[in-house]
Amino acid sequence: MRCFGYPFKQAYPEQDQMESTASPERTPSPTPNLNALLRTGRWRWGDTVFRVVVSGTAASIVLGVILLVITMFEAGLAALIAFGPSFVWSTVWNPVSQVFGVLPAVYGTIATSALALVLAVPVGIGAAIFLAELAPRWLSNPISFLIEMLAAIPSVIIGFWGLFVVVPLVRQVEAPLGRVLGVIPMFSGPAYGIGLLAAGVVLAIMILPILTAVARDVLRAVPTSQREAMLALGATRWETIARAVVPYARSGIVGATILALGRALGETLAVSMVIGNTFQVSPSLFAPATTLASLIATQFREADTALYLSALIAAGFVLFVITMLVNVVARILVWKLTVQSVEV
Amino acid sequence: MQTAAQPQVAPVAAPSVSPSPDSGGRLGIGVRHLSAWYGPHQALRDITLDIPDRQVTAIIGPSGCGKSTLIRCLNRMHEVTPGARTQGQVLLEGHDVFAPSVDPVALRRLVGMVFQRPNPFPTMSVFDNVVAGLRLVAQRNRNLDELAERSLRRAALWDEVRDKLRSAGTALSGGQQQRLCIARALAVDPKVLLMDEPCSALDPIATLRIEELIRVLREEIPIVIVTHNMQQAARVSDRTAFMLAGEERVGELIEVGDTAEMFTNPSDKRTEDYITGRFG
Amino acid sequence: MELVLGRRRRLADQVMRGLCTAAGFGGAGILLLLLAHVVVNGISALSPQLVTELPTPLGVPGGGLAHAVVGSAIIVGLACLWGIPLGIGAGIYLAEYAGPGVGTVVRFMADVLSGVPSIVLGIFGYTIIVTQMGGFSGLAGAFALGVITLPIIARTTEEVLRLVPGELREASLALGVPRWRTILRIVVPTASTGMITGTMLAVARIAGETAPLIFTTLGNNFWSSDPTRPMAAMTLTIFQYAIWPYEYLHQQAWAASLLLMTVVLLINVIVRLASRSYGPR
Repeated sequence: MRCFGYPFKQAYPEQDQMESTASPERTPSPTPNLNALLRTGRWRWGDTVFRVVVSGTAASIVLGVILLVITMFEAGLAALIAFGPSFVWSTVWNPVSQVFGVLPAVYGTIATSALALVLAVPVGIGAAIFLAELAPRWLSNPISFLIEMLAAIPSVIIGFWGLFVVVPLVRQVEAPLGRVLGVIPMFSGPAYGIGLLAAGVVLAIMILPILTAVARDVLRAVPTSQREAMLALGATRWETIARAVVPYARSGIVGATILALGRALGETLAVSMVIGNTFQVSPSLFAPATTLASLIATQFREADTALYLSALIAAGFVLFVITMLVNVVARILVWKLTVQSVEV
Repeated sequence: MQTAAQPQVAPVAAPSVSPSPDSGGRLGIGVRHLSAWYGPHQALRDITLDIPDRQVTAIIGPSGCGKSTLIRCLNRMHEVTPGARTQGQVLLEGHDVFAPSVDPVALRRLVGMVFQRPNPFPTMSVFDNVVAGLRLVAQRNRNLDELAERSLRRAALWDEVRDKLRSAGTALSGGQQQRLCIARALAVDPKVLLMDEPCSALDPIATLRIEELIRVLREEIPIVIVTHNMQQAARVSDRTAFMLAGEERVGELIEVGDTAEMFTNPSDKRTEDYITGRFG
Repeated sequence: MELVLGRRRRLADQVMRGLCTAAGFGGAGILLLLLAHVVVNGISALSPQLVTELPTPLGVPGGGLAHAVVGSAIIVGLACLWGIPLGIGAGIYLAEYAGPGVGTVVRFMADVLSGVPSIVLGIFGYTIIVTQMGGFSGLAGAFALGVITLPIIARTTEEVLRLVPGELREASLALGVPRWRTILRIVVPTASTGMITGTMLAVARIAGETAPLIFTTLGNNFWSSDPTRPMAAMTLTIFQYAIWPYEYLHQQAWAASLLLMTVVLLINVIVRLASRSYGPR
């Protein structure tokens, strides 16, 4: 007999004793009603019911989106049929003669959002770099907190504040800017304060938090090895950030930017309070203008005919399509960049 | 509720494999030609094994040999994984647990399980953890206090936690948490206890306590313990099954027999190689 | 051997670091400026009568916004009543039941829904509730706001449920606990802090929404606690008062802004502190 040096349980004498004391119980005693026990179906339907209920709630989301598209399209159909493609291309919006075209509002929507991105992206990414790369934790945490709280402020309050603080400030900037650069159409015209520029500034403030927060998280996720590799090559802190960290995180930063763009396109109240709601296409940033969302919000109560109302809802549908396109492009872009960075 | 209209789960006679001679003539669990898959990957091939009543059966083998899959088939936890399926039979006291009329939820109340890492419910106190199985199937008018004490005594934990029944289950030490999980499994009064490497996350002292506990519990119910630790198998088990992943990483049963016999005089060359540490 | 960094490189390093630091402080500074402005302007008009009295006839100073406070509370409450259960249910489905195919579809739709501008959801409420019910109502507003909470709550619920270790589900299933009770009694309580966090943030978000209410609850200058009729809301009232040329209404709008901002920020701060102390260990 070979023994490999394992201590067997038989080596425990007390164990054998216990076995002998337990022996009366060791006679076979099949469980009497095992058959019934094996299929106790008391909660048999519970799983099915619960599954159906939560599936239903999930289905409500899908159903909601489908219903949203259908009902909006249906309600806006009258205007879309009446004006055809000119609804999007025409610059005439005349409730009196019942002619509706939304091009100026589309222009205003895109112009204010683009302006907001131009203003917010450098600041937001700069702030994200500061929070993720430069600031010590004790400083980075409270500043992150404050910037994120900015996102929680209701937009109507930001609009109110914009009307009383940002607009006068913009007016003061516009006057000298117009004197110096007035030959360029972009900076021409009287300085009202209210207008595209003010709307762009307010929008920039509103998208700054999401831009900063997402970019900060993306930058923090960059592996330390990337930084160390660049530092070891003799790069300065800034060179490391600009050449190693930011490029590594570029897909996430692009995603953050487009996410912010989606927010800016649909923002209503804050913009409508500072943009002047004037239906025109002007090359000047100082000119009052309108956006799709602002147009709908301010004129909805005045819509006295079915066609007028339908035109406003159709404008909402155009806004919906634009934001959807931006979101889909964002997804594809982020996906492509991610794939590329994996391949590299 | 069982009604007369429902088909009976017929006790399946298993003439090909007789209960092992030292089992007192009664079979806890019989595994018959069991194969298991995770999606397209086969994890077990044609396992036939007896788990005698009131004995400890250890399942040993190198990692990836299908030990855990095998015991997860015994209480049909295997099928919780999406895409998992089985073929063959598992007989609990002669009843096929894969029969269509068997509710896997009901089966799991009869076949208790203890996992690799202690997993007390973090939102529950020690007491609530022990009676969780009883409460969650809404068995009212039971004396929960008494049952909890009994289960904790059976798990040799009562003296250590009698004063902190209301504190969080996760506040106990690792070894105590594992015994709490054993008490939780015992509280629903299972017919069989499955243990999937119950000591792999514990220190040697805590491991010793669990092993002592296994030796005592063996007097009450059959226990199946999966372990990667051969010394442990030798210390606690009556019978040992050795598994090995064969071609295409499919787990197969190589040898099963009396523990002492297996460790001193293995009949298969591969078993001998494994227990002498030549591979695995 | 050149051990001294080139002047240009050193300058660029310092300038860019300085600019980034300025951007960080600037972003935080904007919030502080905004807070200061709202507090300074709002505190003078803040008085008990703001929340207990109704508006005076237009042009007559005095009065309060009791109708708007109550209206907001009712609309947000009703929105929660249907938005929270549905959102949590959908989150449970996504985390516990959905297969890869269906899950992707539902997740995509939830993301689409959360990307829809809130004013478009207002139009949705108008086309689906107002035109069907034949009039503006608090209910229609609650519907539109509920749609906003739905994807937020569903996705946060899904995320936190996924963080619950599978071992806990297995432990419960192995005790013979049915799956649905495992989810409700083990998985959900374990993830409850995160679920409450997501829900509270959604509530704070809709409390400050204005655009969807323009098309649904319309607003009301008189007392109304009947959700089947047009109702007043804090945000609608601020919007209205801000563009009216009466100084005392501006004062009230600042006070209302202060009130609303305090509630919204308080929820955010509490949620943040709570999720920090009970969050992932």
